[in-house]
This record gives sequence, structure tokens and C-alpha cells, in this order.
Amino acid sequence: MKQFFEFVKKECFHIFRDRRTLIILFGMPVVLIVLFGFAITNEIRHARIAVLDYSQDALSHGLVSKITASTYFDLAENLRSEKEILPAFKKGDIRMVIVIPNGFSRDFIRERKAAIQLLTDASDPNTATTLINYANAIIGQYQQEQTHLQHLPLTIHPEVRMVYNPMLKSVFLFVPGVMTLILMLVCAMMTSITITREKELGTMEILLVSPLRPVLIIAGKVVPYVLLSFFISIIILCLGTWIFGMPVKGSILLLLSACGLFCLTALSLGILISSLTNSQQTAMMISMMGLLLPTILLSGFVYPIESMPVPLQIVSNILPAKWFIIILKDIMLKGSGLPQIALPMGILAGMTCFFLIVSLSKFKIRLS
Amino acid sequence: MTQAAITTTALTKRFGNFIATNAISFDVAQGEIFGFLGANGAGKTTAMRMLCGLLRPSSGEARVAGFDIYTQTEQIKQRIGYMSQKFSLYEDLTVKENIRFYGGIYGLSNSQIREKTADLLQRLSLEQEGNMLVRALPLGWKQKLAFSIAVIHDPSIVFLDEPTGGVDPITRRQFWDLIYESAAKGVTIFVTTHYMDEAEYCNRISIMVDGKIKALDTPAALKKQFGADTMNEVFLQLARAKS
Amino acid sequence: MEPIVVQNIFKQFGNVSALHDISFTVAPGELFGLIGPDGAGKSTLFRILATLLLADKGKAMVNGLDVVKDYRAIRRQVGYMPGKFSLYQDLTVEENLHFFATIFNTTIKENYDLIRDIYEQIAPFKTRPAGKLSGGMKQKLALCCALVHKPSVLFLDEPTTGVDPVSRKEFWDMLQRLKEKNIPILVSTPYMDEATLCDRVALMQNGAIMQIDTPSTIVSQFRTKIWAIKSNDMYRLIRDLRAHPEVQSCFAFGEFLHVTMTADPEEVRSSLTTGGHTGLVIQPANAGIEDVFMSLMQAQTQAV
Repeated sequence: MKQFFEFVKKECFHIFRDRRTLIILFGMPVVLIVLFGFAITNEIRHARIAVLDYSQDALSHGLVSKITASTYFDLAENLRSEKEILPAFKKGDIRMVIVIPNGFSRDFIRERKAAIQLLTDASDPNTATTLINYANAIIGQYQQEQTHLQHLPLTIHPEVRMVYNPMLKSVFLFVPGVMTLILMLVCAMMTSITITREKELGTMEILLVSPLRPVLIIAGKVVPYVLLSFFISIIILCLGTWIFGMPVKGSILLLLSACGLFCLTALSLGILISSLTNSQQTAMMISMMGLLLPTILLSGFVYPIESMPVPLQIVSNILPAKWFIIILKDIMLKGSGLPQIALPMGILAGMTCFFLIVSLSKFKIRLS
Repeated sequence: MTQAAITTTALTKRFGNFIATNAISFDVAQGEIFGFLGANGAGKTTAMRMLCGLLRPSSGEARVAGFDIYTQTEQIKQRIGYMSQKFSLYEDLTVKENIRFYGGIYGLSNSQIREKTADLLQRLSLEQEGNMLVRALPLGWKQKLAFSIAVIHDPSIVFLDEPTGGVDPITRRQFWDLIYESAAKGVTIFVTTHYMDEAEYCNRISIMVDGKIKALDTPAALKKQFGADTMNEVFLQLARAKS
Repeated sequence: MEPIVVQNIFKQFGNVSALHDISFTVAPGELFGLIGPDGAGKSTLFRILATLLLADKGKAMVNGLDVVKDYRAIRRQVGYMPGKFSLYQDLTVEENLHFFATIFNTTIKENYDLIRDIYEQIAPFKTRPAGKLSGGMKQKLALCCALVHKPSVLFLDEPTTGVDPVSRKEFWDMLQRLKEKNIPILVSTPYMDEATLCDRVALMQNGAIMQIDTPSTIVSQFRTKIWAIKSNDMYRLIRDLRAHPEVQSCFAFGEFLHVTMTADPEEVRSSLTTGGHTGLVIQPANAGIEDVFMSLMQAQTQAV
């Protein structure tokens, strides 16, 4: 046991003395999250909007001034007909168009409900969604004020239309995505690199000649990375929640254990890669091409799986990242419990066992 | 009088507080085989890098092939060849491709390269292996090939950094035959080595200890000066004296 | 019991025969040298003995244990220093030593006697990262790490390659002192002059052993007469001698050329003098290991 402890200690020395890698490992998730977070909040301040008010009555004017009074929206222009909507978007600086139909006040008071239309430029879906959310909130507030004044239960029904990208995916996708990416990077890539580094250095020869058992060598090398990646995933979760307002509806414990499971999957992949190659460079290339790119492109992180061609959809099933993103979304957004995510959890666990068995059977007690 | 190939005056390089080469001064004549010896970390590599124009000196002066090492590094690089034990040839290119590549770097014309290639392969009796990957050649052949490529552009000075490490004794001597041959053609050879018997093959040698040149003369004169039978003894006496 | 026994080992990598019918034994407390250039097969042999590679054919035993079946037991008993410097560059001298002691289930203190001599020389730098040591220091640290668990056999693969002559001498002095502790040592080197520092040597080339014996026997059995010749123009001398019909071989050897020839030296002298050579010296020379090695190499090439 002392041997093992000593091995882990040595591994930690390597990690903490390599400042540059350490900074990248911790800096990257922070930078990614913060970038996303701030990019969106910055956009939101003083977004330029246009109004097409067919109604032109007291209530519609009230609504428009309520919306533009907030710091989020600035009224850029008043449109006169629907024909002007698309050109306004195309000019590029208009983020949202509010269309108020004829007889807004009349409907509002008589029918006790009125419709307005919010059009956004969803070529930038994240901004579009956020704008809609803010606009909805303001409209809701306005509605309550008016209800209070009129002593009537009134509703304004905003009809939302996303222009250019009707298949909008949730912006919250990117927190799980970044997390998956980072865990893959730290666990799989770093593990494979650190093991192949020993081979390149020639220290693996000495380790193999020592009485240390292969399992112990591997475990000693990965344990620090397990802890490291777990720590990093907690940082990502905190940042996601605080800066981006990512909800965690389900159980935190379940979320963390899912993270733990995925760390193991990625680690076992890393070990597998290192047992197949002898140089750090190849290990890095395999991790990049074989793990990171598919994780970014095929896991549903960037492109929705539903919109991929069928062959790619099938391929995406063998990516651990896909299942982990599903688990994260289910727990965080839907508040699912263990029964609902049993299938993806089981798949991940199965993959882990498979990779571990293959790599342990591949791990050589000799050099050739 | 022949022009000096290399002249240095109080050439110094500091890395922070550490003085890697400390005011070294020496001249190397054109066509001379100059052995540059010293213990690991004595400052040989630093000095060599400065002379090749890869490292800017902290102070002092030096001219290589008549050019100033501060301002005329481009001209120097055109006129020197360089070969080290660690890096010289591309293992995944064939013999001919390597020759072509280095010939191309130094701006030889296609017909010159063709001529040189044929000549070089013939001299090394590598005609059969011209299209083989360098990786597949025995180490000794690689080193001989690397040397021939280092002088492909007829440089006036060749720098050789431990060119014969790990090579078998016969190939090592064949390698020195190549060196002699080049020197006889008037090429200046500046060579470092850990084999002390090779030091004896040089016209003159300098021995560096802790950044300074502690001895510089012909092998025979040095042995006389230190009352030693072999260069190995001279070296040990000098390097030991410091501790 | 002989600590190292190698019997008819063969090893092939693809089409290349790395080891060809290697057999030798190392006696208790013996300092045995494998002498040969890069590519002779020395490292492959070490890896087979250190249980890191399997031979294609043949048998090898370390301390009476089979390198294939009893690899676990052997790994506990041997000290192995691989060819390239294989320590953690980012760990300090002390941390490296401590780490290697621990993985062998021991402590620095427990076997300090064995490494004291060597460790005291690097102790002033014990907080320095191993990557920042000079070549000689690195080799000493690597030796300490290989010795720290008190191995009963020591394998040192090219410990002095790329190290300057002073550090090489110090390293061999250390090996001589270790020999007094009665640890059998198998060491390889490409430097022919180091052969004389071993009790017995095997001269290796192209995966085969050309000769095994004590250095003095190898040299004394060498029957060919060698002449040392020099003149003021060595390059021309080499060419002139090689052109001489009765000269078999002519190689540079320090300040002299070593020449084997059937010609009468006086005849050679007069022909060289008429050729314009000045400062001519022709004298009989004692053959060294390197002379023997080269003549064996030539015989081997001719045999192929």
C-alpha cells in the first residue's frame, strides 16, 4: 500500500510541476464557461429591436415603452409593414422584432387576452432564446401591472417565431457539452499521454522490472487524474450554475456519481489508448482525432443528433459522450432520478468494463 | 598567409548569472582540423552555437569565414556545414531524397544536385541503397552519409558535434577518412568528441573547462606540456585540476 | 551457482537478426562487459535478461531463475539501468531515489551503505531536478536508483555513453568498488578502451558474440603483428599505405596508424621516404582490444 501511495505522490509531483498543462487544464473550462456566459449577457444589454405596431393605442404604446425602458432592449426603429421585417433583420443590427396586431387594446380588454408576435434572429440561437426569455418576462410583468389596474385576469399571449433556425436547441446544452469535453480531455488524453511518457522516457522499463504489479502501476497513474477531473467537473458545475444560471433540478449526488462514472469511462479509454501506442505524440493524436473530435461533433454537443444523417446517428451511439450528455441534461434540466437514466448509466458502465478488460489484457508485462 | 577560418576574441555568453563560455579566444586556420574538447557542460555546445550564428554572444568578437557573428549570420550560414550525432538526416526519407532536400536548402541547381548525388553515392558505395529509407541503414552508414550531406554545398567550414558516438571502430575510422579528405581539399573541420584517440587525429585541439579554454596546441605539444602519454591523461589532468 | 547464464539465445525483429546464438555465463562477483557499437544487440540482450523481452529461442537464467517462467522473482532481485537516462526529469535527485526505493519496498536508509560512496557525490545537488544535472551526475543518480534496493545482480546498459572521459573514469572507479561488495555486474559499452576495466568481456557485433575472454587473454592471443607508423602528413600516409600491395589494413590510432602488413618494415620505410614523407616513425606496437575488435569485425564481414 505504501508503494501505491508513493506512486500517487510522484504522479502528483509531475502534475503540479508542469505548470503550463495545469493552467490549461483549469483555465480552459473556466475560460469556456465564462466566455459563453459573458458573451450572452453582453449581447443582452441594449439589444436593438424594431417594433411593428398595427394597433397604435395606449396599451400597445405602454407595452413598447415598458420593453424599451429596460436596459435590455433599445428601440432602433418603428416599422410600418411586414415587408420591412426581413430587410430590418438583414441589415444585421436588429435582434428582435415585436409585432403588435391591430386592436391590441380591444382584444386585451374585451377578450381578456391578446396576441403579440416576437420575431428573433435565431442564426445566433443562444442570444435569440435569451432575448425571448427576457421579453417574455417583461411582457409578463406588464400583463400583471395591467391586470392589477383593470381588476381583470388578462393575458397577453406572445407568439414566438424563431427566424432562420426553427430547430433551436437549448442553450443549456453547452454546459454539459463543455463538461464532457473537459472530462474527456483530462481523463482520456492526459492519462494516455502520461503513461506513454513513461514509455518514452524509459522509466516504464524500470517500473516493469520492479516488483510493482501492472494493475498498481496503472492505478497509481490514473488516481490523481480521477481526482483532478472530478475537481474540474465540480468547478464547471459551479460556474455553470452561478454565471450561466444553469439549473440543477435533479439530485446533486446522482449528478456527481454520473460524473464519476464518466471519468472512469474516459480513463479506461485513455488506458486503452496508451496500451496500444508507445509515443506521446501518437497517444495525443489518437485522443484528439478519435475522442475529442467525435465528442465535439457527434455527441449532440454542437449539432443535434436528430438532424444528423442516419449512419452518423448510429455511430453516435458508441460515443460515451453522447450518453453522458443525455444523463447530464436529464438530471440537470428535467430533474430525472436514477430510474429514468438507468439505461444511459448502464451503457456507460458497460463501456467502462469493456475498455478496462481490453486494456488490462493488452497491458504488457514485457516490452514487445 | 592563409586567411583564418575562425577567429574569436574574448567571446562570452552569459545565461543569467551563469557564464557558459568565458572570454574564449582562439584562431582556426583554413583547412585545419580543430578538435574542440571539454567535459559535459564545459560550454562547448554554447560556443559552437555562437559560431554557427544560432546564438548571440553576450560580449566579445568572432569572425567565421571572414564574417561577423553578430551582423552577418546569414552569410555565415551559407558557408558552413553542420552535423550532430542527434539530428542530421530524415529517417523517413530515402537517401536520395535527403541529398536532394539538403542540396535544395543550400540553393544548388537541379543539375548540380544530380551530379553531387551520383558522386556522393559512388564515393560511399551506396549506389544500391539510393532509394532506401535512411531508417533502414546501419548507424555507421548514416553518419557517413550525414557528413557527406553536411559538405554537399562545399562549405568552407564544417562543424561536427560528436559525430561518431556509438559507431563501431572501423566505421569511426572510415568517418575520419572522410574528414581527412575534406580537410585536404581545404575545408576547415571544427569537431567535438568524447573519444580521446580521435583528439589525436586533429591538427590542434583546445580543451575547455568550466567555460574557459585551459589548453590549446597540437596533440604532441600538449602531451609534452603535461608530461602525459595520451590525450586521455592530458584531459583527465586538466578536468581534475578544477576539483 | 552462476548468477547469469545465457544459452543459445536468438532474437529476431522482423527481418533483422538482433541476437544470433548468444551464450555466456557470468561468475559470482564478476564484472562482465559487453563491448560493441550501437546496433550490436547489447540492449536487446539486457532486456531479455531483465525479463522485459522474450527471446525467440534459447534459455537464460538469472540467479538460477528462468527469465520467462520466474520473471516476477527475477524482477525483485535485479538492479537495471536502461540505456537511455530513464529517471523522472521533473523530480529532484532525492525524490527520484526515494521513489525507486519505495517501489522496491525498501528505504534509502536501509541500504545506504551500498550507495553511500556514490550518493555523497551527488548529495550537494539533491534538491535539483534530475533533468538539470550534468551527464555524469545523471549517470551516478541512475546507478544509485538501480542499487537502492540492494540487488543481487546489476545490469547496466551503456552507462557511460555520451559522458565525458572524466565522468566515465569516475563511473568505472565506482563499479570497481561495487565489485568489492561481490555483486555480479553485467555492463555494456561502445567504448573499446573500457574493455580493459572488466574482468571478462564479450566482443559483440551485428547480434553475434565474436569472442569472450579476459581482456588480457584476448589481446595476448592476437597473433597478428601490428606496426605503428606516423609521419608529418598523416592523410597522405594513410593513402600511401593503403595503396601498398603488402599492407592488409591501415587504421588511424591516436597519433599513429596501426598497420598490419606482410611487407618488411625497412622496405616500407624506404618506399615512404622516397615518396616524400618526413618525420617517419615505424615501430612495433602492442595490440589493444580495439585492434582485435576490428580484425574480428573484418573476419565476420568476410564470412557473411
